[in-house]
Amino acid sequence: MMKIDFSGLESAVLRSCPNSELFDGISTTPSFQIPSTTDFDGFQKEAIQMVKPAKGTTTLAFIFKEGVMVAADSRASMGGYISSQSVKKIIEINPYMLGTMAGGAADCQFWHRNLGIKCRLHELANKRRISVTGASKLLANILYSYRGMGLSVGTMIAGWDEKGPGLYYVDSEGGRLKGTRFSVGSGSPYAYGVLDNGYRYDMSVEEAAELARRAIYHATFRDGASGGVASVYYVGPEGWKKLSGDDVGELHYMYYPVEPTAVEQEMTEVSVA
Amino acid sequence: MSIFEYNGSALVAMVGKNCFAIASDRRLGVQLQTIATDFQKIYKIHDKLFIGLSGLGTDAQTLYQRLVFRHKLYQLREERDMKPETFASLVSAILYEKRFGPYFCQPVIAGLGAEDKPFICTMDSIGAKELAKDFVVAGTASESLYGACESMFKPDMEPEELFETISQALLSSVDRDCLSGWGGHVYVVTPTEVTERILKGRMD
Repeated sequence: MMKIDFSGLESAVLRSCPNSELFDGISTTPSFQIPSTTDFDGFQKEAIQMVKPAKGTTTLAFIFKEGVMVAADSRASMGGYISSQSVKKIIEINPYMLGTMAGGAADCQFWHRNLGIKCRLHELANKRRISVTGASKLLANILYSYRGMGLSVGTMIAGWDEKGPGLYYVDSEGGRLKGTRFSVGSGSPYAYGVLDNGYRYDMSVEEAAELARRAIYHATFRDGASGGVASVYYVGPEGWKKLSGDDVGELHYMYYPVEPTAVEQEMTEVSVA
Repeated sequence: MSIFEYNGSALVAMVGKNCFAIASDRRLGVQLQTIATDFQKIYKIHDKLFIGLSGLGTDAQTLYQRLVFRHKLYQLREERDMKPETFASLVSAILYEKRFGPYFCQPVIAGLGAEDKPFICTMDSIGAKELAKDFVVAGTASESLYGACESMFKPDMEPEELFETISQALLSSVDRDCLSGWGGHVYVVTPTEVTERILKGRMD
Protein backbone atom coordinates (compact mmCIF):
# COMPACT_ATOMS: atom_id res chain seq x y z
CA MET A 1 0.00 0.00 0.00
CA MET A 2 1.38 3.37 -1.00
CA LYS A 3 1.53 6.06 1.61
CA ILE A 4 0.45 9.53 0.58
CA ASP A 5 2.70 12.35 1.72
CA PHE A 6 0.57 14.62 3.86
CA SER A 7 3.51 16.33 5.52
CA GLY A 8 2.76 19.50 3.60
CA LEU A 9 -0.51 19.83 5.46
CA GLU A 10 1.09 19.92 8.89
CA SER A 11 1.49 23.34 10.39
CA ALA A 12 5.07 24.57 10.70
CA VAL A 13 4.47 25.97 14.21
CA LEU A 14 4.22 22.43 15.56
CA ARG A 15 7.94 21.91 15.08
CA SER A 16 9.98 21.99 18.25
CA CYS A 17 13.55 22.23 16.97
CA PRO A 18 14.18 25.48 15.09
CA ASN A 19 17.65 24.34 14.01
CA SER A 20 16.23 21.59 11.85
CA GLU A 21 14.60 24.14 9.54
CA LEU A 22 17.55 24.25 7.19
CA PHE A 23 17.70 20.49 6.79
CA ASP A 24 13.95 19.87 6.82
CA GLY A 25 13.47 22.60 4.27
CA ILE A 26 15.12 20.53 1.59
CA SER A 27 14.53 16.98 2.70
CA THR A 28 10.80 16.99 3.34
CA THR A 29 7.83 18.41 1.55
CA PRO A 30 7.58 22.00 2.71
CA SER A 31 4.83 22.66 5.22
CA PHE A 32 2.47 25.56 5.05
CA GLN A 33 0.45 27.14 7.78
CA ILE A 34 -3.25 26.55 7.41
CA PRO A 35 -5.40 29.61 8.19
CA SER A 36 -7.29 29.27 11.47
CA THR A 37 -10.77 29.95 10.21
CA THR A 38 -14.06 28.15 10.49
CA ASP A 39 -14.94 28.85 6.86
CA PHE A 40 -11.88 27.39 5.13
CA ASP A 41 -13.50 27.10 1.69
CA GLY A 42 -14.72 30.70 1.78
CA PHE A 43 -11.32 31.95 2.89
CA GLN A 44 -9.67 29.92 0.18
CA LYS A 45 -11.98 31.32 -2.50
CA GLU A 46 -11.13 34.89 -1.47
CA ALA A 47 -7.44 34.12 -1.28
CA ILE A 48 -7.42 32.59 -4.76
CA GLN A 49 -9.05 35.74 -6.14
CA MET A 50 -6.29 37.82 -4.54
CA VAL A 51 -3.44 35.89 -6.13
CA LYS A 52 -5.37 35.09 -9.27
CA PRO A 53 -3.18 32.69 -11.17
CA ALA A 54 -1.93 33.67 -14.59
CA LYS A 55 -3.89 31.55 -17.01
CA GLY A 56 -3.74 31.27 -20.75
CA THR A 57 -0.97 29.19 -22.16
CA THR A 58 -0.08 26.77 -24.88
CA THR A 59 2.33 23.95 -24.09
CA LEU A 60 2.86 20.64 -25.88
CA ALA A 61 5.07 17.59 -25.80
CA PHE A 62 5.24 14.41 -27.84
CA ILE A 63 7.30 11.26 -28.08
CA PHE A 64 8.74 10.25 -31.44
CA LYS A 65 11.46 7.95 -32.78
CA GLU A 66 14.40 10.06 -31.59
CA GLY A 67 13.07 11.14 -28.19
CA VAL A 68 10.68 13.74 -26.80
CA MET A 69 9.91 17.18 -28.22
CA VAL A 70 8.67 19.83 -25.80
CA ALA A 71 7.43 23.30 -26.81
CA ALA A 72 5.61 26.27 -25.28
CA ASP A 73 4.67 29.91 -25.79
CA SER A 74 5.83 32.64 -23.38
CA ARG A 75 2.86 34.86 -22.55
CA ALA A 76 1.51 35.58 -19.07
CA SER A 77 -1.87 37.25 -18.87
CA MET A 78 -4.11 38.54 -16.09
CA GLY A 79 -7.62 38.73 -17.50
CA GLY A 80 -7.25 40.68 -20.72
CA TYR A 81 -3.97 42.30 -19.73
CA ILE A 82 -0.68 40.86 -20.98
CA SER A 83 1.63 40.97 -17.98
CA SER A 84 4.67 39.44 -19.72
CA GLN A 85 5.76 38.24 -23.15
CA SER A 86 8.91 36.49 -21.92
CA VAL A 87 7.96 33.81 -19.41
CA LYS A 88 9.99 30.62 -19.21
CA LYS A 89 7.26 27.96 -19.32
CA ILE A 90 9.61 25.03 -19.89
CA ILE A 91 11.27 24.28 -16.59
CA GLU A 92 14.55 22.37 -16.51
CA ILE A 93 14.25 19.84 -13.68
CA ASN A 94 17.62 18.20 -14.34
CA PRO A 95 19.74 17.64 -17.48
CA TYR A 96 17.50 14.73 -18.54
CA MET A 97 14.07 15.97 -17.54
CA LEU A 98 11.83 18.92 -18.39
CA GLY A 99 8.55 20.13 -16.97
CA THR A 100 6.03 22.43 -18.63
CA MET A 101 4.06 25.18 -16.96
CA ALA A 102 0.35 25.88 -17.35
CA GLY A 103 -2.04 27.31 -14.78
CA GLY A 104 -0.73 29.21 -11.79
CA ALA A 105 2.82 30.44 -12.42
CA ALA A 106 3.84 30.39 -8.77
CA ASP A 107 2.36 26.94 -8.13
CA CYS A 108 4.13 25.47 -11.17
CA GLN A 109 7.48 27.10 -10.44
CA PHE A 110 7.47 26.15 -6.78
CA TRP A 111 6.44 22.52 -7.18
CA HIS A 112 8.78 21.95 -10.12
CA ARG A 113 11.71 23.28 -8.12
CA ASN A 114 10.54 21.10 -5.25
CA LEU A 115 10.42 18.11 -7.60
CA GLY A 116 13.94 18.94 -8.79
CA ILE A 117 15.17 18.72 -5.20
CA LYS A 118 13.43 15.38 -4.66
CA CYS A 119 14.86 13.98 -7.87
CA ARG A 120 18.41 14.99 -6.90
CA LEU A 121 17.95 13.46 -3.46
CA HIS A 122 16.73 10.23 -5.06
CA GLU A 123 19.81 10.27 -7.29
CA LEU A 124 22.15 10.62 -4.27
CA ALA A 125 20.38 7.94 -2.26
CA ASN A 126 20.08 5.35 -5.03
CA LYS A 127 23.17 6.19 -7.11
CA ARG A 128 21.10 6.46 -10.28
CA ARG A 129 18.75 8.94 -11.84
CA ILE A 130 15.03 8.76 -11.10
CA SER A 131 12.77 7.48 -13.86
CA VAL A 132 10.27 9.80 -15.53
CA THR A 133 7.54 7.53 -14.18
CA GLY A 134 8.86 7.93 -10.63
CA ALA A 135 9.33 11.68 -10.87
CA SER A 136 5.85 12.28 -12.27
CA LYS A 137 4.34 10.14 -9.53
CA LEU A 138 6.25 12.10 -6.89
CA LEU A 139 4.69 15.29 -8.21
CA ALA A 140 1.23 13.81 -8.68
CA ASN A 141 1.17 12.56 -5.07
CA ILE A 142 2.12 15.95 -3.69
CA LEU A 143 -0.49 17.70 -5.82
CA TYR A 144 -3.08 15.13 -4.75
CA SER A 145 -2.36 15.82 -1.09
CA TYR A 146 -3.29 19.47 -1.72
CA ARG A 147 -6.38 18.63 -3.79
CA GLY A 148 -9.27 21.05 -3.29
CA MET A 149 -7.06 23.68 -1.68
CA GLY A 150 -6.77 25.86 -4.75
CA LEU A 151 -3.51 24.78 -6.38
CA SER A 152 -3.60 25.32 -10.15
CA VAL A 153 -1.09 23.20 -12.03
CA GLY A 154 -1.29 21.59 -15.47
CA THR A 155 2.05 20.10 -16.38
CA MET A 156 3.83 17.60 -18.51
CA ILE A 157 6.92 15.79 -17.28
CA ALA A 158 9.09 14.78 -20.21
CA GLY A 159 12.48 13.14 -20.11
CA TRP A 160 14.83 10.32 -20.98
CA ASP A 161 15.53 7.51 -18.49
CA GLU A 162 16.84 3.92 -18.55
CA LYS A 163 13.74 2.77 -20.44
CA GLY A 164 14.06 5.48 -23.11
CA PRO A 165 11.81 8.47 -23.65
CA GLY A 166 9.04 9.16 -21.12
CA LEU A 167 6.10 11.51 -21.05
CA TYR A 168 3.44 12.09 -18.39
CA TYR A 169 0.65 14.58 -17.92
CA VAL A 170 0.08 15.64 -14.31
CA ASP A 171 -2.47 18.13 -12.95
CA SER A 172 -3.57 19.65 -9.66
CA GLU A 173 -6.87 17.75 -9.76
CA GLY A 174 -4.85 14.63 -9.14
CA GLY A 175 -4.71 13.30 -12.68
CA ARG A 176 -1.60 11.56 -13.99
CA LEU A 177 -1.60 10.13 -17.50
CA LYS A 178 1.09 8.36 -19.49
CA GLY A 179 1.04 9.10 -23.20
CA THR A 180 2.86 9.90 -26.40
CA ARG A 181 1.19 13.21 -27.27
CA PHE A 182 -0.11 15.96 -24.96
CA SER A 183 -0.98 19.62 -25.12
CA VAL A 184 -2.01 21.70 -22.10
CA GLY A 185 -3.46 25.20 -21.72
CA SER A 186 -6.07 27.48 -23.24
CA GLY A 187 -4.41 27.20 -26.67
CA SER A 188 -4.23 23.39 -26.53
CA PRO A 189 -7.19 22.66 -28.87
CA TYR A 190 -5.48 24.65 -31.63
CA ALA A 191 -2.12 23.00 -30.95
CA TYR A 192 -3.71 19.54 -30.97
CA GLY A 193 -5.22 20.32 -34.38
CA VAL A 194 -1.83 20.93 -35.94
CA LEU A 195 -0.06 18.25 -33.92
CA ASP A 196 -2.50 15.41 -34.67
CA ASN A 197 -2.50 16.37 -38.32
CA GLY A 198 1.27 16.37 -38.78
CA TYR A 199 2.44 13.72 -36.30
CA ARG A 200 4.32 10.62 -37.38
CA TYR A 201 6.34 8.39 -35.03
CA ASP A 202 9.31 8.10 -37.42
CA MET A 203 9.97 11.82 -37.77
CA SER A 204 13.49 13.23 -37.72
CA VAL A 205 14.49 15.69 -34.98
CA GLU A 206 14.26 18.58 -37.49
CA GLU A 207 10.77 17.57 -38.66
CA ALA A 208 9.55 17.13 -35.10
CA ALA A 209 10.97 20.50 -34.03
CA GLU A 210 9.24 22.21 -36.94
CA LEU A 211 5.93 20.50 -36.15
CA ALA A 212 6.15 21.58 -32.51
CA ARG A 213 7.00 25.16 -33.45
CA ARG A 214 4.18 25.33 -35.98
CA ALA A 215 1.66 23.93 -33.51
CA ILE A 216 2.62 26.61 -30.99
CA TYR A 217 2.50 29.32 -33.66
CA HIS A 218 -1.03 28.35 -34.75
CA ALA A 219 -2.17 28.29 -31.14
CA THR A 220 -0.78 31.78 -30.51
CA PHE A 221 -2.56 33.03 -33.63
CA ARG A 222 -6.01 31.81 -32.59
CA ASP A 223 -5.73 32.03 -28.82
CA GLY A 224 -5.69 35.53 -27.36
CA ALA A 225 -4.02 34.35 -24.16
CA SER A 226 -1.05 32.71 -25.91
CA GLY A 227 1.83 34.48 -27.64
CA GLY A 228 5.32 35.89 -27.37
CA VAL A 229 8.08 33.43 -28.17
CA ALA A 230 7.69 29.83 -29.34
CA SER A 231 10.48 27.84 -27.68
CA VAL A 232 11.25 24.25 -28.62
CA TYR A 233 13.26 21.75 -26.54
CA TYR A 234 14.37 18.24 -27.49
CA VAL A 235 15.16 15.47 -24.99
CA GLY A 236 17.25 12.62 -26.35
CA PRO A 237 19.62 10.01 -24.88
CA GLU A 238 22.17 12.77 -24.19
CA GLY A 239 19.71 14.90 -22.22
CA TRP A 240 17.72 17.99 -23.18
CA LYS A 241 18.77 20.70 -25.60
CA LYS A 242 17.03 23.94 -26.56
CA LEU A 243 16.55 23.92 -30.33
CA SER A 244 14.82 27.22 -31.04
CA GLY A 245 13.13 30.26 -29.58
CA ASP A 246 11.35 32.32 -32.23
CA ASP A 247 9.37 35.52 -31.79
CA VAL A 248 5.86 34.69 -32.97
CA GLY A 249 5.50 38.23 -34.32
CA GLU A 250 8.19 37.43 -36.89
CA LEU A 251 7.19 33.78 -37.32
CA HIS A 252 3.80 34.78 -38.74
CA TYR A 253 5.32 36.78 -41.59
CA MET A 254 7.83 33.97 -42.20
CA TYR A 255 5.06 31.40 -42.60
CA TYR A 256 2.70 33.75 -44.42
CA PRO A 257 4.68 36.46 -46.22
CA VAL A 258 2.68 39.47 -47.36
CA GLU A 259 3.05 40.01 -51.11
CA PRO A 260 3.39 43.73 -51.70
CA THR A 261 0.60 45.03 -53.91
CA ALA A 262 0.81 48.00 -56.28
CA VAL A 263 -1.09 50.32 -53.96
CA GLU A 264 0.82 49.29 -50.90
CA GLN A 265 3.79 51.45 -50.14
CA GLU A 266 6.78 51.14 -47.88
CA MET A 267 6.75 53.14 -44.70
CA THR A 268 9.36 55.87 -44.70
CA GLU A 269 11.13 57.45 -41.79
CA VAL A 270 9.49 60.73 -40.80
CA SER A 271 11.85 63.43 -39.69
CA VAL A 272 10.63 64.77 -36.41
CA ALA A 273 11.58 68.39 -35.90
CA MET B 1 -16.34 39.01 -18.42
CA SER B 2 -18.10 42.19 -19.51
CA ILE B 3 -20.16 42.15 -22.71
CA PHE B 4 -18.06 45.13 -23.86
CA GLU B 5 -15.05 42.80 -23.87
CA TYR B 6 -16.75 39.93 -25.71
CA ASN B 7 -15.30 40.69 -29.16
CA GLY B 8 -12.30 42.88 -28.23
CA SER B 9 -11.31 46.17 -29.81
CA ALA B 10 -8.92 49.10 -29.71
CA LEU B 11 -9.87 52.53 -31.07
CA VAL B 12 -8.06 55.86 -31.04
CA ALA B 13 -8.48 59.25 -32.70
CA MET B 14 -5.99 62.14 -32.66
CA VAL B 15 -6.06 65.77 -33.74
CA GLY B 16 -3.26 67.32 -35.81
CA LYS B 17 -2.75 70.63 -37.57
CA ASN B 18 -5.88 71.07 -39.74
CA CYS B 19 -6.23 67.29 -39.86
CA PHE B 20 -7.11 64.28 -37.78
CA ALA B 21 -6.38 60.56 -37.67
CA ILE B 22 -8.54 57.67 -36.51
CA ALA B 23 -7.19 54.15 -36.01
CA SER B 24 -8.42 50.75 -34.88
CA ASP B 25 -7.23 47.18 -34.55
CA ARG B 26 -8.56 44.45 -36.91
CA ARG B 27 -9.51 41.59 -34.61
CA LEU B 28 -12.90 40.04 -34.11
CA GLY B 29 -12.88 37.38 -31.45
CA VAL B 30 -15.23 35.45 -29.25
CA GLN B 31 -13.59 36.02 -25.90
CA LEU B 32 -10.08 34.56 -26.30
CA GLN B 33 -10.75 32.85 -29.63
CA THR B 34 -9.74 34.86 -32.69
CA ILE B 35 -12.39 34.55 -35.44
CA ALA B 36 -11.31 37.15 -37.99
CA THR B 37 -8.36 39.46 -38.52
CA ASP B 38 -9.91 41.76 -41.12
CA PHE B 39 -12.83 43.16 -39.17
CA GLN B 40 -13.87 46.74 -39.87
CA LYS B 41 -14.42 48.98 -36.86
CA ILE B 42 -14.09 52.42 -38.44
CA TYR B 43 -16.87 53.54 -40.75
CA LYS B 44 -17.00 56.49 -43.13
CA ILE B 45 -20.09 58.69 -42.85
CA HIS B 46 -18.91 61.16 -45.49
CA ASP B 47 -15.54 62.36 -46.85
CA LYS B 48 -14.74 64.37 -43.72
CA LEU B 49 -16.52 62.38 -41.03
CA PHE B 50 -15.66 59.00 -39.54
CA ILE B 51 -17.04 56.95 -36.67
CA GLY B 52 -15.27 54.13 -34.87
CA LEU B 53 -17.39 51.71 -32.89
CA SER B 54 -15.80 49.67 -30.12
CA GLY B 55 -17.53 47.08 -27.96
CA LEU B 56 -19.93 44.36 -29.05
CA GLY B 57 -19.52 43.70 -32.79
CA THR B 58 -23.17 42.96 -33.54
CA ASP B 59 -24.37 46.14 -31.85
CA ALA B 60 -21.67 48.16 -33.62
CA GLN B 61 -22.89 47.00 -37.02
CA THR B 62 -26.56 47.59 -36.18
CA LEU B 63 -25.81 51.02 -34.77
CA TYR B 64 -23.79 51.91 -37.87
CA GLN B 65 -26.69 50.95 -40.15
CA ARG B 66 -29.09 53.15 -38.19
CA LEU B 67 -26.63 56.04 -38.32
CA VAL B 68 -26.18 55.72 -42.08
CA PHE B 69 -29.97 55.69 -42.46
CA ARG B 70 -30.40 58.84 -40.37
CA HIS B 71 -27.54 60.60 -42.15
CA LYS B 72 -29.01 59.82 -45.57
CA LEU B 73 -32.39 61.24 -44.53
CA TYR B 74 -30.56 64.37 -43.33
CA GLN B 75 -28.69 64.68 -46.63
CA LEU B 76 -31.93 64.43 -48.62
CA ARG B 77 -33.75 66.98 -46.50
CA GLU B 78 -30.89 69.47 -46.06
CA GLU B 79 -28.97 68.80 -49.30
CA ARG B 80 -25.63 68.87 -47.47
CA ASP B 81 -23.41 66.68 -45.28
CA MET B 82 -23.77 66.69 -41.53
CA LYS B 83 -21.31 68.65 -39.41
CA PRO B 84 -19.38 66.47 -36.94
CA GLU B 85 -20.89 68.34 -33.95
CA THR B 86 -24.41 67.66 -35.28
CA PHE B 87 -23.58 64.03 -35.98
CA ALA B 88 -22.23 63.59 -32.46
CA SER B 89 -25.54 64.89 -31.08
CA LEU B 90 -27.40 62.47 -33.35
CA VAL B 91 -25.35 59.51 -32.12
CA SER B 92 -25.86 60.62 -28.54
CA ALA B 93 -29.63 60.89 -29.04
CA ILE B 94 -29.85 57.47 -30.71
CA LEU B 95 -27.86 55.90 -27.87
CA TYR B 96 -29.98 57.52 -25.16
CA GLU B 97 -33.14 56.20 -26.83
CA LYS B 98 -31.98 52.85 -25.53
CA ARG B 99 -31.20 54.13 -22.02
CA PHE B 100 -32.51 51.02 -20.29
CA GLY B 101 -31.29 48.44 -22.80
CA PRO B 102 -28.27 50.04 -24.42
CA TYR B 103 -26.18 49.20 -27.45
CA PHE B 104 -23.00 47.77 -25.95
CA CYS B 105 -20.78 50.20 -27.90
CA GLN B 106 -18.47 53.03 -27.12
CA PRO B 107 -18.24 55.27 -30.20
CA VAL B 108 -15.36 57.49 -31.26
CA ILE B 109 -16.31 60.27 -33.68
CA ALA B 110 -13.77 62.24 -35.71
CA GLY B 111 -14.39 64.76 -38.44
CA LEU B 112 -13.52 68.09 -40.03
CA GLY B 113 -16.08 70.76 -39.19
CA ALA B 114 -16.69 74.33 -40.32
CA GLU B 115 -13.53 75.84 -41.88
CA ASP B 116 -12.01 72.36 -41.69
CA LYS B 117 -11.50 72.54 -37.96
CA PRO B 118 -10.80 69.05 -36.59
CA PHE B 119 -13.34 67.61 -34.16
CA ILE B 120 -13.01 64.47 -32.07
CA CYS B 121 -15.22 63.08 -29.36
CA THR B 122 -16.17 59.87 -27.60
CA MET B 123 -19.23 58.67 -25.75
CA ASP B 124 -20.30 55.99 -23.34
CA SER B 125 -22.87 53.39 -24.36
CA ILE B 126 -25.83 55.61 -23.39
CA GLY B 127 -24.64 58.75 -25.14
CA ALA B 128 -22.73 60.92 -22.66
CA LYS B 129 -20.58 63.05 -24.94
CA GLU B 130 -16.97 63.72 -24.08
CA LEU B 131 -15.21 66.22 -26.30
CA ALA B 132 -11.43 66.40 -26.39
CA LYS B 133 -8.85 68.72 -27.92
CA ASP B 134 -6.03 66.20 -28.30
CA PHE B 135 -6.98 62.49 -28.47
CA VAL B 136 -9.71 60.03 -27.52
CA VAL B 137 -9.52 56.26 -26.97
CA ALA B 138 -11.96 53.37 -26.56
CA GLY B 139 -12.06 49.58 -26.40
CA THR B 140 -10.46 46.79 -24.39
CA ALA B 141 -6.99 48.32 -24.87
CA SER B 142 -8.15 51.77 -23.70
CA GLU B 143 -5.96 51.84 -20.59
CA SER B 144 -2.77 51.14 -22.50
CA LEU B 145 -3.90 53.54 -25.26
CA TYR B 146 -4.26 56.33 -22.69
CA GLY B 147 -0.70 55.69 -21.56
CA ALA B 148 0.71 55.55 -25.08
CA CYS B 149 -1.18 58.64 -26.30
CA GLU B 150 -0.41 60.62 -23.15
CA SER B 151 3.32 60.13 -23.75
CA MET B 152 3.45 60.25 -27.57
CA PHE B 153 0.96 62.97 -28.46
CA LYS B 154 2.14 66.46 -29.44
CA PRO B 155 -0.13 69.32 -30.51
CA ASP B 156 -0.27 70.54 -34.12
CA MET B 157 1.33 67.58 -35.90
CA GLU B 158 1.43 67.46 -39.70
CA PRO B 159 -0.42 64.52 -41.34
CA GLU B 160 2.74 62.39 -41.87
CA GLU B 161 3.87 62.68 -38.28
CA LEU B 162 0.32 62.22 -37.03
CA PHE B 163 0.09 58.92 -38.93
CA GLU B 164 3.36 57.72 -37.41
CA THR B 165 2.31 58.72 -33.90
CA ILE B 166 -1.16 57.19 -33.97
CA SER B 167 0.19 53.97 -35.53
CA GLN B 168 2.94 53.57 -32.94
CA ALA B 169 0.50 54.34 -30.13
CA LEU B 170 -1.97 51.76 -31.44
CA LEU B 171 0.56 49.01 -32.10
CA SER B 172 2.32 49.35 -28.76
CA SER B 173 -0.99 49.44 -26.87
CA VAL B 174 -2.48 46.32 -28.43
CA ASP B 175 0.71 44.41 -27.57
CA ARG B 176 -0.43 44.61 -23.94
CA ASP B 177 -3.98 43.43 -24.64
CA CYS B 178 -5.07 39.83 -25.27
CA LEU B 179 -8.34 40.80 -26.95
CA SER B 180 -7.23 43.30 -29.59
CA GLY B 181 -4.53 43.65 -32.21
CA TRP B 182 -3.83 41.32 -35.15
CA GLY B 183 -2.99 44.31 -37.38
CA GLY B 184 -4.22 47.90 -37.57
CA HIS B 185 -6.34 50.17 -39.74
CA VAL B 186 -5.52 53.88 -39.94
CA TYR B 187 -7.26 56.82 -41.63
CA VAL B 188 -5.57 60.21 -41.87
CA VAL B 189 -7.94 62.94 -43.03
CA THR B 190 -6.91 66.39 -44.29
CA PRO B 191 -9.18 69.00 -45.93
CA THR B 192 -8.05 67.76 -49.37
CA GLU B 193 -7.54 64.00 -49.02
CA VAL B 194 -8.19 60.85 -47.05
CA THR B 195 -5.38 58.29 -46.67
CA GLU B 196 -6.23 54.78 -45.54
CA ARG B 197 -3.50 52.37 -44.47
CA ILE B 198 -3.46 48.81 -43.19
CA LEU B 199 -0.79 48.20 -40.56
CA LYS B 200 1.12 44.97 -40.18
CA GLY B 201 1.27 43.97 -36.56
CA ARG B 202 2.01 41.07 -34.24
CA MET B 203 -0.41 38.26 -35.00
CA ASP B 204 -0.56 36.84 -31.46
